[in-house]
Amino acid sequence: MTLQQAKPPLPSADTRWKLINATMRRNGYAGHALIETLHSVQDAFGYLDETSLRFVAASLDLPLSKVFGVATFYHIFMLKPKGRHTCVVCTGTACYIKGAGELLDGIQAHFAIAPGETSEDDRLSVLTARCVGACGLAPAAVLDGDVLGKQTSDTLTAKLEELD
Amino acid sequence: MHLEDLAEKAAEFRAEEAAIQREVRVCMAASCQSSGSLAVMDALKDACGDGNGTCHVKGVGCMGLCSAGPLVAVADKDCGLDASLLYRDVTPNDAPDIMGSVCGAPVERLRCPTDQPFFARQHKIVLENSGIIDPDSFKNYVAAGGYAGMVRALSEMTPADVLREVTTSGLRGRGGGGYPTGLKWSTVAKMPAGQKYVICNADEGDPGAFMDRAVLESDPHRVLEGMAIAAYAIGANKGYIYVRAEYPLAVERLQTALRKAKRAGFLGNKIADTQFNFEIEIRLGAGAFVCGEETALMASIEGLRGQPRPRPPYPAESGLWGCPTLINNVETFANIAPIVREGGDWFASIGTERSKGTKVFALAGKIHNTGLIEVPMGTKLRDIIEIIGGGIPDDKSFKAVQTGGPSGGCIPDRHLDIPVDYDSLKTLGTMMGSGGMIVMDETSCMVDVARYFMEFCMTESCGKCIPCRTGTWQMHSLLDRIAKSQGTQADLALLEELCEVVQATSLCGLGQTAPNPVLSTLRYFRDEYEEKLQLPTS
Repeated sequence: MTLQQAKPPLPSADTRWKLINATMRRNGYAGHALIETLHSVQDAFGYLDETSLRFVAASLDLPLSKVFGVATFYHIFMLKPKGRHTCVVCTGTACYIKGAGELLDGIQAHFAIAPGETSEDDRLSVLTARCVGACGLAPAAVLDGDVLGKQTSDTLTAKLEELD
Repeated sequence: MHLEDLAEKAAEFRAEEAAIQREVRVCMAASCQSSGSLAVMDALKDACGDGNGTCHVKGVGCMGLCSAGPLVAVADKDCGLDASLLYRDVTPNDAPDIMGSVCGAPVERLRCPTDQPFFARQHKIVLENSGIIDPDSFKNYVAAGGYAGMVRALSEMTPADVLREVTTSGLRGRGGGGYPTGLKWSTVAKMPAGQKYVICNADEGDPGAFMDRAVLESDPHRVLEGMAIAAYAIGANKGYIYVRAEYPLAVERLQTALRKAKRAGFLGNKIADTQFNFEIEIRLGAGAFVCGEETALMASIEGLRGQPRPRPPYPAESGLWGCPTLINNVETFANIAPIVREGGDWFASIGTERSKGTKVFALAGKIHNTGLIEVPMGTKLRDIIEIIGGGIPDDKSFKAVQTGGPSGGCIPDRHLDIPVDYDSLKTLGTMMGSGGMIVMDETSCMVDVARYFMEFCMTESCGKCIPCRTGTWQMHSLLDRIAKSQGTQADLALLEELCEVVQATSLCGLGQTAPNPVLSTLRYFRDEYEEKLQLPTS
């Protein structure tokens, strides 16, 4: 008979932890559900911080080093909080050929935010993606989940300007 | 359940829609959604009203011509439901005109002729339902002949029969490698009975490729059906679909399809009233290109860092959790149901001697008709680009087409007359890859393109083996110097040497093929490199 290890208490009263617990429970607290669990942490909190990594490691009975290793291996996991808005510029081949570089240069010139950075007022984070699969609409960017196709540096900066 | 029972069900589902006089199909694939097709659909629904059930607006999958989106097709019973009219660049304001038009008098200003080569030259097997059925509707799929392949396999064929059909079809892996599918299946089937797995590789990481995404978004049940047939043939009871987290719409539609197939008894226990059990689980990727490599993908499903391991043992012997595992790409699985339904000989009659069937390509870059096409293997590359793709826009001239993503190469104009199949592309120093085709015009600098792909491989290298981890970094810095006109003849020589080393000594496909874009651009556009070299200062 294997002893069921006691699960750690939720780190705080924040109800979002319950969502994460639900994901782990659905997967029977199996170690191979680590990536699924990290996805659900990121969906709930926007990024992975030390508290959440420790909580996930203890719940799934995995070494913290392994959890950290997985969290840093995959590009999608963010260890820093994002701004209120996120603009992902696609740098896939089709977008590259059609001027993704100019979109990034435009953002850099206009807002002084480089890819991977967040503006000082936490208004906007700029990221790049390998390919968002909207190659027919190149060059494309994804603003807060909405794909914007056939962008130019001017149209994109104008869109970003409008954000609150 | 027998085929007759399924046919009865399909007829029943079709009868439910018998009252519909006019069907309006709005493309709801990711690309058209980005162009605003959701608003178009709402406007069309408003304009349609309840129409006493005679008019039906539905969201469908990809119609192919992404550059003209949002696309809307109108099928009128009076004109025959099969002959649909296609409208391009539709806005919500066009809805009243479209709904007001009658059969025989279409809205001319929005017409998108379907007799143009882009549509007429295609041959659809994988995409046969795409753009016609509602991807979220189980009934639509069955009404269109869906699950007939699976029911036929389960009720009339033994696993060995299925293997024979797939082998006869000559189908080769559509993920890029081109390994014969029948052979792969037979190897897993021959392993001793016990726990076996089927994995669908939907981690479409090649930048510039969106075929798998379109299949998953347009016809998800077809992939589930293909996986279930595979599981029956090899004796597996559990499957995984490893799909990119960057494709939220595809994930959502897969989840819906899984739920509905399960409820209908087409997945789960005792499928279609037989003794066959098969479950499918979705696993999300997390943005690592290397996870498209099969051993890395399995590591990722196990919740580990997605790093490849040496082969052998191949997944067929020791795969997921050490069990025999079959891994195929989305498009490969999408071909299975038609093969079982129509027979392997039918499939083998399409295509070339050594590459059978059709291939879906994603056309993108500097080309008029960007979008998705499906053509028989052996179609000339020139026909794809100049006739189907409509050539190069803005009066520019063609320079090269890139196939195979970061593992492939660039093909210049003088080789455009080759037929597209696995082997011809290989002789040109590139590969089929998963099917992305990026067209470049005279303004593209080939050194820059090579540097772009090397940067990609450098950042995507998992870091496990040294040739790839360090080699890609070194090659990138050499390419960077050459691209900035700071390189010398010695740099170029070193670059070529490194290409050979990395190709020969890397652990997995990522490293082994990383030099391909450099080698192929050197082969066909060496002058562009040499123009950028500095003269040795004496």
